[in-house]
Amino acid sequence: MPGKLKVKIVAGRHLPVMDRASDLTDAFVEVKFGNTTFKTDVYLKSLNPQWNSEWFKFEVDDEDLQDEPLQITVLDHDTYSANDAIGKVYIDIDPLLYSEAATVISGWFPIYDTIHGIRGEINVVVKVDLFNDLNRFRQSSCGVKFFCTTSIPKCYRAVIIHGFVEELVVNEDPEYQWIDRIRTPRASNEARQRLISLMSGELQRKIGLKVLEMRGNAVVGYLQCFDLEGESGLVVRAIGTACTLDKLSSPAAFLPACNSPSKEMKEIPFNEDPNPNTHSSGPSTPLKNQTYSFSPSKSYSRQSSSSDTDLSLTPKTAPYLQGPRIYLCPSSPSLSCGSLHLKKSCLLLSESSLPPHPSSPVSPVLRKSVSFSEELFLAASGMGSGSAGKEGGPFKALLRQQTQSALEQREFPFFTLTAFPPGFLVHVGGVVSARSVKLLDRIHNPDEPETRDAWWAEIRQEIKSHAKALGCHAVVGYSESTSICEEVCILSASGTAAVLNPRFLQDGTVEGCLEQRLEENLPAGCGFCHIPYDELNMPFPAHLTYCYNCRKQKVPDVLFTTIDLPIDATVIGKGCLIQARLCRLKKKAQAEANATAISNLLPFMEYEVHTQLMNKLKLKGMNALFGLRIQITVGENMLMGLASATGVYLAALPTPGGIQIAGKTPNDGSYEQHISHMQKKINDTIAKNKELYEINPPEVSEEIIGSPIPEPRQRSRLLRSQSESSDEVTELDLSHGKKDAFVLEIDDTDAMEDVHSLLTDVPPPSGFYSCNTEIMPGINNWTSEIQMFTSVRVIRLSSLNLTNQALNKNFNDLCENLLKSLYFKLRSMIPCCLCHVNFTVSLPEDELIQVTVTAVAITFDKNQALQTTKTHVEKSLQRASTDNEELLQFPLELCSDSLPSHPFPPAKEHLESASSNSGIPAAQRATSVDYSSFADRCSSWIELIKLKAQTIRRGSIKTTVTVEKASPMGEGNFRNRSAPPCANSTVGVVKMTPLSFIPGAKITKYLGIINMFFIRETTSLREEGGVSGFLHAFIAEVFAMVRAHVAALGGNAVVSYIMKQCVFMENPNKNQAQCLINVSGDAVVFVRESELEVVSTQQPTANCQPSCTGGEVTT
Amino acid sequence: MTSELDIFVGNTTLIDEDVYRLWLDGYSVSDAVALRVRSGILEQTGATAAVLQSDTMDHYRTFHMLERLLHAPPKLLHQLIFQIPPSRQALLIERWGYYAFDEAFVREVLGKKLSKGTKKDLDDISTKTGITLKSCRRQFDNFKRVFKVVEEMRGSLVDNIQQHFLLSDRLARDYAAIVFFANNRFETGKKKLQYLSFGDFAFCAELMIQNWTLGAVDSQVDDMDVDLDKEFLQDLKELKMLVADKDLLDLHKSLVCTALRGKLGVFSEMEANFKNLSRGLVNVAAKLTHNKDVRDLFVDLVEKFVEPCRSDHWPLNDVRLFLNQYSASVHSLDGFRHQALWDRYMGTLRGCLLRLYHD
Repeated sequence: MPGKLKVKIVAGRHLPVMDRASDLTDAFVEVKFGNTTFKTDVYLKSLNPQWNSEWFKFEVDDEDLQDEPLQITVLDHDTYSANDAIGKVYIDIDPLLYSEAATVISGWFPIYDTIHGIRGEINVVVKVDLFNDLNRFRQSSCGVKFFCTTSIPKCYRAVIIHGFVEELVVNEDPEYQWIDRIRTPRASNEARQRLISLMSGELQRKIGLKVLEMRGNAVVGYLQCFDLEGESGLVVRAIGTACTLDKLSSPAAFLPACNSPSKEMKEIPFNEDPNPNTHSSGPSTPLKNQTYSFSPSKSYSRQSSSSDTDLSLTPKTAPYLQGPRIYLCPSSPSLSCGSLHLKKSCLLLSESSLPPHPSSPVSPVLRKSVSFSEELFLAASGMGSGSAGKEGGPFKALLRQQTQSALEQREFPFFTLTAFPPGFLVHVGGVVSARSVKLLDRIHNPDEPETRDAWWAEIRQEIKSHAKALGCHAVVGYSESTSICEEVCILSASGTAAVLNPRFLQDGTVEGCLEQRLEENLPAGCGFCHIPYDELNMPFPAHLTYCYNCRKQKVPDVLFTTIDLPIDATVIGKGCLIQARLCRLKKKAQAEANATAISNLLPFMEYEVHTQLMNKLKLKGMNALFGLRIQITVGENMLMGLASATGVYLAALPTPGGIQIAGKTPNDGSYEQHISHMQKKINDTIAKNKELYEINPPEVSEEIIGSPIPEPRQRSRLLRSQSESSDEVTELDLSHGKKDAFVLEIDDTDAMEDVHSLLTDVPPPSGFYSCNTEIMPGINNWTSEIQMFTSVRVIRLSSLNLTNQALNKNFNDLCENLLKSLYFKLRSMIPCCLCHVNFTVSLPEDELIQVTVTAVAITFDKNQALQTTKTHVEKSLQRASTDNEELLQFPLELCSDSLPSHPFPPAKEHLESASSNSGIPAAQRATSVDYSSFADRCSSWIELIKLKAQTIRRGSIKTTVTVEKASPMGEGNFRNRSAPPCANSTVGVVKMTPLSFIPGAKITKYLGIINMFFIRETTSLREEGGVSGFLHAFIAEVFAMVRAHVAALGGNAVVSYIMKQCVFMENPNKNQAQCLINVSGDAVVFVRESELEVVSTQQPTANCQPSCTGGEVTT
Repeated sequence: MTSELDIFVGNTTLIDEDVYRLWLDGYSVSDAVALRVRSGILEQTGATAAVLQSDTMDHYRTFHMLERLLHAPPKLLHQLIFQIPPSRQALLIERWGYYAFDEAFVREVLGKKLSKGTKKDLDDISTKTGITLKSCRRQFDNFKRVFKVVEEMRGSLVDNIQQHFLLSDRLARDYAAIVFFANNRFETGKKKLQYLSFGDFAFCAELMIQNWTLGAVDSQVDDMDVDLDKEFLQDLKELKMLVADKDLLDLHKSLVCTALRGKLGVFSEMEANFKNLSRGLVNVAAKLTHNKDVRDLFVDLVEKFVEPCRSDHWPLNDVRLFLNQYSASVHSLDGFRHQALWDRYMGTLRGCLLRLYHD
């Protein structure tokens, strides 16, 4: 009997009128937990009843405490007929089960009915007495904390990051049970809500058990999803990262945070581990290195492996294996076309070698092992080539082995985190992803969900092997998703291959001096960009250069990742949201034929999405993508792809080349003219974007060439003055002039469309920035105003013009218009940034496309920013670019009519040199875009050196910042000055944000996870204002219920809020609609910094130090 | 491509003041969009008409959902569905004006029964005043709602309105006047009353509520501020002797004339008209026993006092001097016993008449 749950029903208010005659209600309440039910007295004739009940006590197992929700039903008493239900409240009591979270749940909860929505409120008090039972962690996992936040929560310190935990449970969907035919929609909805609540409780408990097994005490980056598989059932699955967290002592928690979120992260004193005590974990030979190196034959399939290996539905000899296949490489734009033959062998290989490490092809591996040892050390040390790397080499090798062995013990070395403690992330390889098309079948035995488990295991294996191919032993920023249409389901997983620092992965043994010494040598802000794979044996054709920051290690020319921008990364200018959007029609088909068709389309979609991303990135003049999320949605007759990411210019990576347009047949003068015209437009756009996003990578100054490379520290100081002087003139044309060879060949309408869509993407209006990551690179002076919102749009396609092109245009317009609307609506917040912009696409019906966006707008202080003078320029740019666009419409149309003729002669040269460089046979250049190389770059060696000089300067600023923030003196001072927070003045307001922090505030307590699932249905759609009115009201109600639960827990905000599902179905003819929404987040208590600052004597102006991040701690 | 569904829901409910006003003014979505386009917002923001349309629709939908709560403003404070900062809530109710009303409209319905019959006439009022029918309906419904809530309540009318509708003191007083007029059905629509503003009537209403209602004597009765004190009205008959008794009338006249000689610019006119004016004022009082005559109070006052004075071009100051002296002199009439009654009547009436006396 390990727990006693106590519930008190206090009062109700604003109840609906249930008795027409008296215009009043005779309300009473049923309180149910498990199989026990209590009732209050009937409070006669009132819309504001005061029950003031006794304490209802439930004596229950803690297993039940975790699984079951508390169910409160408000009813209207009726003497003669059945009592009418007014509505229900489900309360998840999980937050009461761990000691540091909430101690009581008390407050007003909206009374919710699935047909009528919110009908009044009820005041409830809930407490739990947990008995001290030593055996209590047997079936239950009370005490394990859950966080949706995908970084280490603010007031905790990560002692160990254990790794991946996953679980799934399945059940029959009540909506599809036979009984559903005879019960009311309300009963059916409630059965569903209750079941899902139960299932998520069970899931959380099971995950908790796994965490306890790993000796962890928390799950971070917990992501729980529902798959509504229809007839075949209901799957609830979750992934997360098990950690051992230490609560920071309270004074530290009250440290005044600065305006920048990145600062807050840095404050977690990870470097303060007291036991610097090193030993290797077990005997691991250098040979071990080989085992995790990739097998070259696998290297072709990476980002797009659309699971042709699929077990369940397609025979291996399926005809769709014919034709050239396209495979994308994660971090490089290169593209290779494999022949059928090659592909087949690769497939076979991957099948045969799935469980063991792929080591079959002997010669490449041998070659690698020869070249490796040194290379690997260098890669691990992260500090560059030759001499400099050597001293750290042996240590690093040791560490690497430890890490590796530590990780290899695990089935899946995955981490759902997207932001990491400093020093955790050593190198980033690139995006790895895998998809698989499955046919759903009925889940026969809910207790053993083996098929679903197997499906995911398969995909995870694939991800793991992809990561290996990239020379990485771990995957970070990992996530999984599904898209279901009828009986076809696409499972997707993606993440970022990475090399991690072992310090956080093991039991406090590998820490301290060694590590710290090495860290000091790490070049600031570029280490993670250095390639983790072997240069001589690259997993894909990519162009490597020496790092522009440290000049010692190799870096790729473009980096794609699914994680947030590391806080120590050196970025030039600001970032921006980059989206690739794509639709492909597909024939309606049944079962296997349908699945086959989808599998066939997937690689092409991935390829095109990738193409678009690359083009748009180039157009923005940037060289890296963070937070990349590619969503492929399946519908009856089409597939949709939507990729969102935040583009930035990483100082460590080379300047991206421009985009060259080339026509195909060189014989038409006017066409050629048109092309050159378009080329000019593109060049102009790139130039404008560079100004808009303040990307002015330092130009190179001659003096540095030939001069010996000084010792890093000195060098950085030395260069600061020089580089500033060289800032003034930035000749933008240089960067996309002759030297780049990124060629866009417009020989068909598809390519035309590509170019067109490239140029129709309008930048946000002046004063607005947008990104899909937590932090907008280049903005760090957030003010406290935030506005989280959800926007939903559904468009109906006219079935007449369903061509791929029309579809693409419709989809593109939909997204662009949606963004425009957002900018307009939020114009009063300017200057502001839309952060964590999260688009979700679904295809609810044949001709319907639904796009759901959740994001948060955060204001920032323009005056504090460095770019005060910039805004004028931006405004004028804005106008210019729209003009530009209008001008462009005409020539584009012209072009599509004219026959393909002259290519652009210089471009052709580039193309050829490009293909020869990358070693792709010219015959395979069937596609219109060639990414494979950036020839001529070597010619700009001198410029490279110049650029490096400048970026080093930036690095040096970062270094000083780190020194400042690490100063324990500053912290000590504040510890003394900080006082307990005063009560929040604006009572009752609950903030919601998809970010893990609240600008201008300090999170002092995590109260527990919020994970809620609601169904709303109506049979009077017109009366409720049509579909828009219905959904608008429902989403507002969901927000209200989330806020109420948070407030009842004693919190004043939800962070890491996410709307995981918004399934909307309508039947206007029957005047009906139904919607399911699933949301989650972390309930927290925050304290305004201003309230903290009252007690500190610090001058606010101190913030404006070299970089805002450092200012706060200096006194 | 048609947009089937298009919504935006913020954690903090976004309310655009301009759109809110357009909505209150009863414009349809398309009219509101047109008006916003004319305001130059597209040029300012670089938005497209489609964006504006979507934004307007969205706001209208929000307002439509809010309207239910605005009907009972305290609910707006406690509700959980829309997170609106308190400062904004006040704006919604008052300053931006859900409960604000148009002067032109209120003059049309002031003193009318707030019933379905009147509601049917809103069409005409809308045409006459140029206020959209929707806006007329909202204002009418506001009056009616406030009336229904406070009609039967104890305590001060203004306080009740303030408490139940969270209005400012100023606006609550206006509503009190509207409720008071509606309850007593004072005629305000006659042609000769057209020169009077709502403010004039509201001023009179306030004086009458303070002095002539049940609440003026006993604050613990129902309807205290809404209904006139019937007993008081009955008693007013006693005042008749002031004009019926010839001696009393002459004495009164001589007292007033002696006191005002040389002080009034229109002394001779006053002297000539004294008996008529006095008869008029006292007869108004004596007639107030009948509901019908209560309704015609303002008509009578204008006919019997304001118009005669105006035709003789009395300056306002002379009217004031006269009324002061006229009321005060009664205290010196030895044969007249109803001094308190007279003061209760004349104190209020004097205030009203001074307010009503203008062009």
